[in-house]
Amino acid sequence: MSEKNQTAGVIGWIDERLPILSFVRNHLTHYYTPKNFNFWYFFGSLAFLILFLQIFTGIFLAMHYKPDAKLAFDSVEFIMRDVNLGWLIRYMHSTGASAFFIVVYLHMFRALMYGSFKKPRELIWLFGVFIYLALMAEAFMGYLLPWGQMSYWGAQVIINLFTTIPFIGPELGIWIRGDFAISDPTLTRFFALHIVAVPMVILLLVILHLSALHTVGSNNPDGVEIKKHKDENGIPLDGIPFHPYYTVKDFVGIGVFLFLFALTVFFVPEMGGYFLEHANFIPANPLVTPEHIAPVWYFTPFYSILRAIPDPAYGALAMALSIVVLFFLPWIDSNPIKSIRYRSMLFKINLFVFVIGFLILGYLGVKAPNPLYNALALRFSEMYFIFFALLYFYSVNRSNLFSYAFSGVIIFLIAVYDLSRISSDNYTMVLVGLASVVLFLLFMTLSPLYSNLNKEKEVPERVTE
Amino acid sequence: MIKNNILVFIFLVIINNISYSASQKSELATKYKATNSINNKASLQRGAKYYVNYCSGCHSLKYMRMSTLADDLGIEDAVFSKNLLFTGKKIGETMTISMKESDAESWFNAIPPDLSLTARSKGADYIFAKLNTYYEDDSTNTGFNNVALPNTSMPNILANLQGGQKIVLDSNNNPVSLEKVSEGIYTEAEYIQLTNDITNFLVYVSEPAKLKRYSIGFWVLLFIFIFTIIAYYTKKEFWKDVH
Repeated sequence: MSEKNQTAGVIGWIDERLPILSFVRNHLTHYYTPKNFNFWYFFGSLAFLILFLQIFTGIFLAMHYKPDAKLAFDSVEFIMRDVNLGWLIRYMHSTGASAFFIVVYLHMFRALMYGSFKKPRELIWLFGVFIYLALMAEAFMGYLLPWGQMSYWGAQVIINLFTTIPFIGPELGIWIRGDFAISDPTLTRFFALHIVAVPMVILLLVILHLSALHTVGSNNPDGVEIKKHKDENGIPLDGIPFHPYYTVKDFVGIGVFLFLFALTVFFVPEMGGYFLEHANFIPANPLVTPEHIAPVWYFTPFYSILRAIPDPAYGALAMALSIVVLFFLPWIDSNPIKSIRYRSMLFKINLFVFVIGFLILGYLGVKAPNPLYNALALRFSEMYFIFFALLYFYSVNRSNLFSYAFSGVIIFLIAVYDLSRISSDNYTMVLVGLASVVLFLLFMTLSPLYSNLNKEKEVPERVTE
Repeated sequence: MIKNNILVFIFLVIINNISYSASQKSELATKYKATNSINNKASLQRGAKYYVNYCSGCHSLKYMRMSTLADDLGIEDAVFSKNLLFTGKKIGETMTISMKESDAESWFNAIPPDLSLTARSKGADYIFAKLNTYYEDDSTNTGFNNVALPNTSMPNILANLQGGQKIVLDSNNNPVSLEKVSEGIYTEAEYIQLTNDITNFLVYVSEPAKLKRYSIGFWVLLFIFIFTIIAYYTKKEFWKDVH
């Protein structure tokens, strides 16, 4: 307290009335972070940067955009052509949306690798998943606004997901659209939600995410708690002040990010049709279905899970589950070792297969379905959920009985579903797919009994270099 | 209940991507590749001229402001007004057309689409292929058919420049190639250049900012590059005492 009064002048005058200096002290200059952050620790600050880029460019877009089904498409072209540097603002915003998801996916992957969601950081993870959900809603609503063919039909697909909910579905669909079909009222409400409601929710969640983070402190690539070892002044021995150390370091990350970002904005803003889809340069037409409807790339892994099950209601359920399961991650994986560095080979294989599977699901989601792709989508959807089951399995050392029963139950469930759909024209594909999943599962659950693949390493007391 | 079923049906149609037009696409059309370059200003100027002469009677460019066009292509206002300006138009206006949609409908059985964004929605190659793959076909109203857009309602207005073509089919009735059957005013090379110029022009029209963003982008990247180097050495200096 006495420290505070030492500052004279205007700053001192303000600090007596508003704790700006103590805020800076608590969250920057005396906020101690582990000194061993690596490459994967750039993405939090980058996500923060992109959030503000999106808000900033969004404000300028909103000055010229017209939320009206008759005018929206034209107003976007007006921005692209007649507004000074309007094209730059629009491309920054559209590229920013994709960049946001890239950065957030890498940020989440970091959490998976180093166990950043584990005790005591469960709330940070929960707020993070809520941010991710809000971000998906934000991106989805924003994508309707240009009112192109993909905007329209993509929204049609997503809103129809809600209509598959039993009993209330159709009414819910009308409630969301504000009409029997997607039309002007849908556009205006999405505009309001996109530029006011959801951004405020995201900002609030980011404050909660960061407050929770600064309460318990950051995890690190070794997954050890730096607060356990403090010097006589109560400063963590392996900690360094966030400012200036990580502020200057983050500027390097920001520089590299902005280079790639500008490369995209100025040279390949469409990213071959993945960031801006070609069909979205055709105005929305409720009477003409585009040849091929694919959501923007960041939704495609979940879209694949949706399509993997032919019945829309169950497909939608599987997709919802695939996101809901993320909320339970801190309780699914209760292995006390946080970092991948000290976890077993099987954990590494599990995570590796999960990432590859997620990428493949993403790829399948942008492609038009065919029997092979559908079979792959189903198997990798199963693998998506098996990843979480195995995380639970590796939480402690399992007994023989548990290992056999655990894999038996999962194989039984998958086999029952396969039996219900096997027929004379798909049996090879079904059997090959089933065999691959079964083999993988048996290897992952039974090899701990017969090998030391599940052997974990000693976690050091202090961070390593 | 019926409503619900319709929704489920629409849903199934969408997620299974039942395709109505994909089957009509032919291998042959994909062999036509535009070799345009947006940096070739002479080509863009020729393309603009050809477009105004041959296309703009029916196809509007409703997002293309003529003053922007004159600036970007380096055409002086006086020259532009004399050669390219539509009758009764001011240079600050966009390139809309005066043909009524109802008239177009009765003349062509279709409304000629606005071409402002065609290069972005369908691609430059499509435009180039469309202009190069007309062939004689007595079964259609216009006497011509097209490989890139089968059963097009658009008449072959460049026929006298290109000359006549006939389609060669394989045993499964798939188009294999087009064969020249009569000479046009232009040689084959000249005609390809003409259609390339028009394609080039439409690529420019679909995104006029493309002319600027490469050159601005270069300086932005250079700035960020220098910034990153400074940031890197600053970081190194600050981190000297971290062990």
